[in-house]
Amino acid sequence: MTFGELTELLWEGLKETLWMVGVATLVTVVGGLLIGVLLVLTDRGGLLPARPVNALLGLIVNVGRSLPFIILLVAVIPFTRALVGTTIGTTAAIVPLAIGAIPFYARLVETALREVPADVVAAAVAMGSSRAQIVGKVLLREARSGLVAGLTVTVIALVGYSAMAGVVGGGGLGDLAIRYGYQRFETEVMIATVVVLVVLVQLVQMLGDVLVRRLSHR
Amino acid sequence: MIRIEGLRKTYRARRREVVAVDGVDLRVRPGEIFGVLGRSGAGKSTLLRCVNLLERPDAGTVEVDGVELTGLGERRLREQRRRLGMVHQHFALLASRTAAGNVAYALEVAGVPRAERARRVAELLELVGLADRAGAYPAQLSGGQKQRVGIARALAADPKVLLSDEATSALDPETTRSVLDLLLDLNRRLGLTILLITHEMEVVKRICHSAAVMRDGRFVESGPVTELLARPESELARGLFPPSQAPVRDGEEVLDVLVSGEAADAPLLSALARELGIDVRLIDGGVETLATGRAGRLRLAVSGKRAEAADFLRARGAGVAA
Repeated sequence: MTFGELTELLWEGLKETLWMVGVATLVTVVGGLLIGVLLVLTDRGGLLPARPVNALLGLIVNVGRSLPFIILLVAVIPFTRALVGTTIGTTAAIVPLAIGAIPFYARLVETALREVPADVVAAAVAMGSSRAQIVGKVLLREARSGLVAGLTVTVIALVGYSAMAGVVGGGGLGDLAIRYGYQRFETEVMIATVVVLVVLVQLVQMLGDVLVRRLSHR
Repeated sequence: MIRIEGLRKTYRARRREVVAVDGVDLRVRPGEIFGVLGRSGAGKSTLLRCVNLLERPDAGTVEVDGVELTGLGERRLREQRRRLGMVHQHFALLASRTAAGNVAYALEVAGVPRAERARRVAELLELVGLADRAGAYPAQLSGGQKQRVGIARALAADPKVLLSDEATSALDPETTRSVLDLLLDLNRRLGLTILLITHEMEVVKRICHSAAVMRDGRFVESGPVTELLARPESELARGLFPPSQAPVRDGEEVLDVLVSGEAADAPLLSALARELGIDVRLIDGGVETLATGRAGRLRLAVSGKRAEAADFLRARGAGVAA
């Protein structure tokens, strides 16, 4: 394989990875924040206590987190078909990626929100804040550096999950490393892919760290 | 201004029932600074949190400025809470907002239009003496400065009543004094009614007009500070002016005297010596200036006629321990 062909392959793989991880991240942020906020609100002593809802959400999150991703990938195929019309390809891989990452991020959101001191929330209640104001202006805003730190971890986990997307023809860098590097014994492709992945993860982590530092005023 | 009747609050903790507030009646007059004094665990924090219904009482009523809060729906309760400022022991500021931003939050909640907010924030920070620190984040402020932000925020919606939950307990003595002076100043200038809870005698001494001593969920005594301090059996008196154990000489008899209000400034000792024809010696004690007047405890030695001396002092408004 020539150097030109190798860079062509890597570039294609990188684009697919970025597309899969990017869209899955957006969906995960929305879903994870929603579930994370609900987990905190509905808990005992929360702002909207509802034990059954809380227990059910907790169960869903735990089930989602205990399924190995490779099994999830196959298990959600019918759902993927209903949602995007196909079960193979990069876009189809986004569905299981988001489903896998949402429970993961939801727990991190929950943890970050619990870091907001109880007396700060009590002060907001005492000022006559509505629940929406407390969630938006107090919980989410005060926890934002923690939310970004959690998102950084989630994005990196998504990069890892996306390596398995090849099973449904999702492509991406991980798939490249498995097909060329592992199955065809083209070691230089594998090494090159791993280097690109390491750089990608490093960049995500650095970006996350910078944001966390800028958002934190503790 | 605040009227609480028959307030009760119990908690379940590890399958045990803990009575935090056990039937408290409380009345705070408009423009008054009322202090609830007690040790930690006495139930004072729960009592305060019941006033703006951060905690729902199990029984009893809470009325503030003529509005009974216990009967309100959620929306009306939120509106009423805006008229009740609250200051917290650990400041409870939003770490992600500047001093000005924290004050602005209270205005946002109260529905003050954006254009007016900036002006009000500047006014409020000026009022608490923090105009120059408007752009600082809480992490960049000292404890006293944070509490000033907390006070400015509590005053944002022009409340008539301020609730103070151990506002000075996390501060050093000097900062405590300056924050107490600020509260007293606000009370005088704005006619602000203040209900505060504290475990510090100093707070009652410096700013409270009335006080209650709380133990095991109940008020053991309550009333105007100068009245409480004239009673020998008063726990407040014992706390503010601890009885002295200084020794007596042979042939002397001891009188433990509490003077408060007029009695504190009357020439009691010379009158006592003159009228009864006895010698009077001051063993220990003194008179201090409090928020509402002067008071103190004196340990006297008399050369005889102890019972008559006690009656003489009692007739002039002093409290004498039997």
